[in-house]
Amino acid sequence: MSRISRRFADLREQGRAGLITFLTAGDPDMATFETALAGLPEAGADLIEVGVPFSDPMADGPAIQAAGLRALKSGTKLRHILAAVGRFRRADENTPIILMGYYNPIFHYGIEAFTTDAAEAGVDGLIIVDLPPEESDEFLPSATRAGLELIRLTAPTSDDARLPKVLKGAGGFVYHVAIAGITGTRSASIADVQPVVERIRRHTNLPVAIGFGIRTPDQAAATAAIADAVVVGSALVETVAANLNAEGKAGPGLVAALHAQVAALAAGVRRVARGK
Amino acid sequence: MPQFIPNSLRSGPDENGHFGAYGGRFVAETLMPLILEVEKAYEAAKADPSFQAELDYYLEHYVGRPSPLYFAERLTRHFGGAKIYLKRDELNHTGAHKINNCIGQIILAKRMGKTRIIAETGAGQHGVATATVAALFNLPCVVYMGETDMARQAPNVFRMKLLGAEVRGVTSGTATLKDAMNEALRDWVSHVDDTFYIIGTVAGPHPYPAMVRDFQSVIGVETRAQLAKAENGRLPDTLVAAIGGGSNAMGLFHPFLDDASVRMVGVEAAGHGVDTGMHAASLAGGEPGVLHGNRTYLLQDDDGQIIDAHSISAGLDYPGIGPEHAWLHDIKRVEYVSATDDEALEAFQLCAKLEGIIPALEPSHALAHVSRLAPTLPKDHLLVMNMCGRGDKDIFAVAAHLGVTL
Repeated sequence: MSRISRRFADLREQGRAGLITFLTAGDPDMATFETALAGLPEAGADLIEVGVPFSDPMADGPAIQAAGLRALKSGTKLRHILAAVGRFRRADENTPIILMGYYNPIFHYGIEAFTTDAAEAGVDGLIIVDLPPEESDEFLPSATRAGLELIRLTAPTSDDARLPKVLKGAGGFVYHVAIAGITGTRSASIADVQPVVERIRRHTNLPVAIGFGIRTPDQAAATAAIADAVVVGSALVETVAANLNAEGKAGPGLVAALHAQVAALAAGVRRVARGK
Repeated sequence: MPQFIPNSLRSGPDENGHFGAYGGRFVAETLMPLILEVEKAYEAAKADPSFQAELDYYLEHYVGRPSPLYFAERLTRHFGGAKIYLKRDELNHTGAHKINNCIGQIILAKRMGKTRIIAETGAGQHGVATATVAALFNLPCVVYMGETDMARQAPNVFRMKLLGAEVRGVTSGTATLKDAMNEALRDWVSHVDDTFYIIGTVAGPHPYPAMVRDFQSVIGVETRAQLAKAENGRLPDTLVAAIGGGSNAMGLFHPFLDDASVRMVGVEAAGHGVDTGMHAASLAGGEPGVLHGNRTYLLQDDDGQIIDAHSISAGLDYPGIGPEHAWLHDIKRVEYVSATDDEALEAFQLCAKLEGIIPALEPSHALAHVSRLAPTLPKDHLLVMNMCGRGDKDIFAVAAHLGVTL
């Protein structure tokens, strides 16, 4: 059983949804990011998404765009991110790590080299925003051989005709994008999201995580009632931005503020009991 | 294994939008249903004679087509070689080839029941053309434009506003064309129900590269008939066109791809020089990658991050190139060369003085290559260059480069 599947089995056993946190690797610098990353499990993150910065993040709103620029400015390269995951993995064998980003940096690294190196570093899953099922045939076999799960995105626009195609070859869990929009902008109402999640569940037995627009412990709790996991990204990245000094470097309270926010979100998620 | 040679080079892309290894649909899942919808609607429109009839009506009566194919006698004598014809797409309404495509796409948007138009623009030519057709068809229009470009193309910003469009400045990334395209894609993802995205070049996710090519192919189709009439039924020997994203070049080349005797040359913008790092020559100085929904040659660094293009011509200032060009480059059907800022400036002035035509800086790159090529060719060699835009928009930039204060 993969690390992701084991984690979702544990969560079912505990009768609750999981919290998935997103931070952009190398934001605002690699050392600060690694300190933040190392403390996420203890703060309450059940799975961790590590954003791979890209110069042209088409699906992201201002907060994650800015995080990516900060990371690139500090010299972050894909190989540095894999090395950071490797260091995390030596200290934590259980928390799944999912790299999330755009296809070009991966394609440029080389499909075979990337999947091999990522798996070796201890990456468990990949979310490649602009690699839809129509284009993933060149990538999926290498990822599967390396033991990496390709996590698919679904959207409010994914209908019954589209879902089987999206979910073919999907691994780990399904990441449902709650709004038709970009990250960190609007929030969906539970009443709107629930029927879509039910539709997705009719097409797959994979756990369903919901993200986009979830910012507060209350929103996390409300989402936890209908999802197997709740993803929070922009709200955490904004905390990074709010704790930079005048030169744009990490301020003294940055990591502590992030971990406190993650703890509050985790408490929100854990408020809601779910059937096993 | 022998390479598969198709019977026609004009049958692409395949059903997934691939031209060889290039093209495709590399978009977020939220956008997939939208581009599939555009594809379906476009296929239906192509099969509907009333769509073509409406398009033809506007091309003739509104755009002013056919554009003339003009024998440039003084340029021909000056270079002393090939017989040079200019395809006068700069005489179109709005002053460039861009409107050929915008008319086609807005008629499609109307057929699809879309009520809001968005576009990206670099130099502002595509933005102006889109704002123009949006005014004509009475649809609200938002044009995304990098703030860097807004500063250097202020007259076009004012034109778009006069035409009733809202111009939204883009400050993200490097605030140029690629960022404007990112922002337009973000807008589209956020307005999936009512919005049609009019992409300005032969790039983006399938079906855009093929659809824009089809709308621009009127350039090559007219050229074939006009040259045959002027030259006793002959085909051109050489076609030359400038390339940013590559829509004017694709429009000229595509109808001739299966005519083996026709040599085709695309001219990329070399900026300060391809070896300086300050250029927009994706084929000469880029590598295959994925951006804006398609795989193609891109300017990028050793970590797959996109690098800013540089050209004196804002219309060529794009770090990618249409995927069909990438394929035609790899199979060597089309030659791709480049011309620098300085060479384009020289050609710009030469054309104004010799022919009384002030060209845009984009076709000035094509003319710069014609100035190298024509003298080497015999006098009965027929060379057609696409004069894809007029230079009114560029006089301020050119004056600044020549040290003239207006």
